[in-house]
Amino acid sequence: MSSATFGTANEDNAHLTRTESKAVRRRSLALLGSLIRPVRARFWLTIGAVVLSQAARVAGPALIAFGIDHALPALRAGNSLPLAFAGVAYLAAAAATAGLTALYVTSTARLSQAMLLDLRVRVFRHTQRLSLEFHEKYTSGRIIARQTSDLEALRELLDSGVSSLASGLLFMAFTAITVFALDWRTGVLVLAAGVPMYFLARWYQKHSQIAFRESRVVSARLIVHFVETMTGIRAVKAFRKERENAARYAELSEDYRRATVRSINLNGIFQPGLVLIGNVCVAVVLLTGGFRVLSGELAVGVLLALILSTKRFFQPVDQMAMFYNSFQSAQAALEKVSGLLEEIPTVRPPQTPVALPYARGSIDFNGVEFRYGDGPVIIPRLDLHIPAGQTVALVGQTGAGKSTLAKLIARFYDVSAGSVTLDGVDLRQLTTEDLRRNVVMVTQEAFLFSGSVADNIALGRPEASREEIEDAARAVGAHAFITELPDGYDTDVNKRGGRVSAGQRQLISFARAFLARPAVLILDEATSSLDIPSERMVQQGLAGLLRGTREAGTRDTNPAGTHGAGRTALIIAHRLSTVETADRVLVVHDGRVVEDGTPGQLIGDGGAFARLHGAWKDSLV
Amino acid sequence: MAKQTSFFTSISRLYPHVRPILPRLVMGLLSALLASLMALAIPQVLRVLVNESLKPGGSAEAVWTASLVILLLGIAEAGLVALRRQFVINPATTVETRMRVSLYGHLQDLTVSFHDRWGSGQLLSRAMTDLNFLRRWMAFGAIMLVVTTLTVVIGVAVMFSMSWQLALIFLAAAVPIMIYGFRFRTRFSKVARRSQDQAGDLATTVEESVHGIRVLKAFGRSQEALENFNEQAQELRQTEIAKAKHLATFSLVVTLLPELALGAGLVVGIMLASTDQLSIGSLVAFFATAAVVAAPVEFCGMLLAMALTAKSAVDRHFEVMDARNTITSPDKPRRPAELKGALSFHDASFAFEDAPDKPILKNISLDIRPGETMALVGITGSGKSALLQLVPRLYEVTGGAITIDGVDLREFSVEDLRTVVAVAFEDTTLFSSSVRDNVLLGAPDAGPADSRDAALEEALDVAQAHFAYSLPDGVDTLIGEEGLSLSGGQRQRIALARAIAAKPAVLVLDDPLSALDVNTEVLVEARLREVLADTTTLIVAHRPSTVALADRVALLEDGRITAVGTHTELLATNSHYRYVIASLDTEPRDLDSELSAFEDRSEEISR
Repeated sequence: MSSATFGTANEDNAHLTRTESKAVRRRSLALLGSLIRPVRARFWLTIGAVVLSQAARVAGPALIAFGIDHALPALRAGNSLPLAFAGVAYLAAAAATAGLTALYVTSTARLSQAMLLDLRVRVFRHTQRLSLEFHEKYTSGRIIARQTSDLEALRELLDSGVSSLASGLLFMAFTAITVFALDWRTGVLVLAAGVPMYFLARWYQKHSQIAFRESRVVSARLIVHFVETMTGIRAVKAFRKERENAARYAELSEDYRRATVRSINLNGIFQPGLVLIGNVCVAVVLLTGGFRVLSGELAVGVLLALILSTKRFFQPVDQMAMFYNSFQSAQAALEKVSGLLEEIPTVRPPQTPVALPYARGSIDFNGVEFRYGDGPVIIPRLDLHIPAGQTVALVGQTGAGKSTLAKLIARFYDVSAGSVTLDGVDLRQLTTEDLRRNVVMVTQEAFLFSGSVADNIALGRPEASREEIEDAARAVGAHAFITELPDGYDTDVNKRGGRVSAGQRQLISFARAFLARPAVLILDEATSSLDIPSERMVQQGLAGLLRGTREAGTRDTNPAGTHGAGRTALIIAHRLSTVETADRVLVVHDGRVVEDGTPGQLIGDGGAFARLHGAWKDSLV
Repeated sequence: MAKQTSFFTSISRLYPHVRPILPRLVMGLLSALLASLMALAIPQVLRVLVNESLKPGGSAEAVWTASLVILLLGIAEAGLVALRRQFVINPATTVETRMRVSLYGHLQDLTVSFHDRWGSGQLLSRAMTDLNFLRRWMAFGAIMLVVTTLTVVIGVAVMFSMSWQLALIFLAAAVPIMIYGFRFRTRFSKVARRSQDQAGDLATTVEESVHGIRVLKAFGRSQEALENFNEQAQELRQTEIAKAKHLATFSLVVTLLPELALGAGLVVGIMLASTDQLSIGSLVAFFATAAVVAAPVEFCGMLLAMALTAKSAVDRHFEVMDARNTITSPDKPRRPAELKGALSFHDASFAFEDAPDKPILKNISLDIRPGETMALVGITGSGKSALLQLVPRLYEVTGGAITIDGVDLREFSVEDLRTVVAVAFEDTTLFSSSVRDNVLLGAPDAGPADSRDAALEEALDVAQAHFAYSLPDGVDTLIGEEGLSLSGGQRQRIALARAIAAKPAVLVLDDPLSALDVNTEVLVEARLREVLADTTTLIVAHRPSTVALADRVALLEDGRITAVGTHTELLATNSHYRYVIASLDTEPRDLDSELSAFEDRSEEISR
């Protein structure tokens, strides 16, 4: 296995070495195979329908011949029975042809849609599983490209390919048998045409593979640029980036066009090439046959039949070329998709999970060390105990490692050494459900999904009733503005929350966390966009939630949640107003905890926290 | 949204794009026609050649000529196939690319409110899938449709020449096909359209699931997202299958009816022949021709489906292209004789297009003097961000006017206006390019390289974004989606540096320091104050520390400016202002007794 092409690495390279190329092709074919396996019954059914409809189609001319050769004389002789038979049989054949055609059209669609659905869901599930580390490198535009234009290539193959391939092959096989039956020498000649065709196909495969790979790479680039522009349109406009963007997009579009033309032109040589080989073969058959006719070896009628059959033998070659073309295209697309699917999530669910339905919320860092991949150590050896119910504030400069600590508790990343435990259970041993029920993190970036405000809050606990949703909103002071919206809680938040301000978005995302009522709540700069009155409201609500009282407590459906100790909270905020209410403050510097104590103690010690606190006090004047 | 237009009305809209390549399309069409004629002719020629010139004991020359003729015809056929592609491919892809680029350009021009409504997945599916399909239709579907129709027409004419009775029977099948075809058209168009729209929505869902991955992970909602996606994908599958079913029924009709007619024709023909009203030769020739015609007739179901899909792709394309850009430059743009940066709101109002009865901003009147820094204060949702976005005309006032140095914003050319005004948003968008390019995005292009470097240095310094120098490739490090991911605070500082580097006359900042820690904030403010000395600045502030940057403060309450004055004045006179901006020290003490205990202790210590 060449590791250079593993997963999405080297994805943008269209010119692979032989072994690399082989590896990605194998992976792509394996994916195709795994897509067909679950629907193989339907696959064969489709093929069967195609074959039978072809057979029924052949019956038509045979019946006409029968009618003219037998029914007509019989009718003249006064016997109308053969005519009736011919007529009825013809109608039956017609009905069968039509019915089978309709069957394979729907069957092909069912087949291809089942495979596409399977692949779509697989890719979606896998991208959701992949860790943040991956998503930070692999842009959304790329994933969209995989999910749209790459899948489209597969769809083209499935929609057109299967039936034309099956009927074509069958047709060729039948015709070849006829030719051999008539004259084996001609049969050999026809088969000999396969040799140049094979070489032409090899040539085509080699070149089109590169062309299609290029076309995948360029189309992904085009999509990435497009998505980036459309999602950042405000900044594009505000800084007049339109012209530069337009030039870049035109350039990418032209690249894409060139790649497309290159692949089409290859097919433009391949397909007429096959037709030409077929036609040359016909001429050769005529030539050799002609001389044998001259010498009396071969009857003229047989020669005519041979030539016509040879001609017919090559007819489906057109379709086969088209199939091969879409096959090459789909394979290049699946190379990329299979690469994405091959990526291994660095944060994996456990093999043998330990059940922890309702945690109390004590967190321990045991000899934790962390680095991104092979990068420099971000957190060197940390031991820390946070008892259940404690509210801990993390303080330190940007880049000190506060967010990293928080993300380790939320298991966005796995520790490089040591362990993080919740109630004594290693986070890596918890199922995703248990972990997420117990630990919830609210980040600064408050993303809203399209749908209603209520839907967005309900993300915290999908089974929550409307009443609980409203309570959560009330608790963080979001209820007032939500009821002011055109349709209240049912207002569509539009694309990326266009209609609600950044502060309102943060309130909604807070309400989400309140609704979730986790044992451990992590707030990473979650109040930064709030104005002071809103922040005050959130803090009141937060205090209630953390003590396990008020709405949060009374409506608690969590049976173990009434243990009274409240919830554990980890708060990262540069607004020290939030920090002051904490039970404990950890000052983080370069990934180490340099100060640890109650806010009062730390101010008394006159360390880093005391200085920060002083600066903050000044900023409030 | 999807109003039904007739097929030709929709397709004719392609005409301006297609006109330049029309000759080549026609040449392609001719090649295709010739190629199919050639394919039809070869068997006939063969028959003649074999029957006429090949006899036992005949001359070898005849064999050579016959083979040569066949070879030449064969080469010609292959050549014509290649030629059709040659004629069509380049122009068709050029049209596709042009349409794509013009769609993109138009989308960039369209207003922010348009983009608020449209998911980027929908737009993407128009730019990629729809246009790809159109290209294939132009290069193949449309041409084949014409070729097929011609083949059928010629074939039927030939059939008439052989036996008008039988041809009439055959033609009778055409009537129900036409009627059914009509129904097929309306039904299929509808499903085709629905499937394209659903595919676009699906792309939007993918986009959201990736952009919102942190939230989904934080709440462990990947399963729900997957279910939602699965549901949508299932719907799309159902639509696609429904589409196939329509097509299948149509193919059934199109295959069955002519065959039934032929079956009837067979019986009638034999009866006619038995009474010698029809020669056997004609009967044979009639059915030979019918066999040739049947294939294209069947094929036409697929071609029709393709044409209808192309039609709805065209509709979808023009649906976006027809959206008018309401924020445009005037014919005769003006700009103030001397740009000082006096920003004035005259009775300005603003409401979103789809909610005109719920104005966000009402009768805003505000004068900001050149070089002055005005803070905008108000609770969440009072309309601060909307007000800011009116200044660079990202949204347009729905009443009243905004002027810079007395010139209405709408009289500026849009580009000029956005040179005069620079913005830093709260949610920062960085583009996939280097730190340098991101910061200098709005900076004046002119000037030597070192002056741009100096501008970069200064902007990074003011925004306290020195971290940029210690990135792997320094200021040339690739950031944004395709590059290194930065923390919220780092992104915000780059965005702030970008606004500063633009050296605008009017600077609009939406809470630009929210993600900064206290120390950094102090440093940024100190430097900002110097830089802002000559720049008119409108800054949204949530904290007293940010307000401190401002000369005056405007208080926004429920879409109206209710007070303007200095921080101290407003603190003294306005209770709402105190409510909004006053520090948490005045919060009710019942919340946290620890806090008061801690306050006491810290006071002791400071003594």
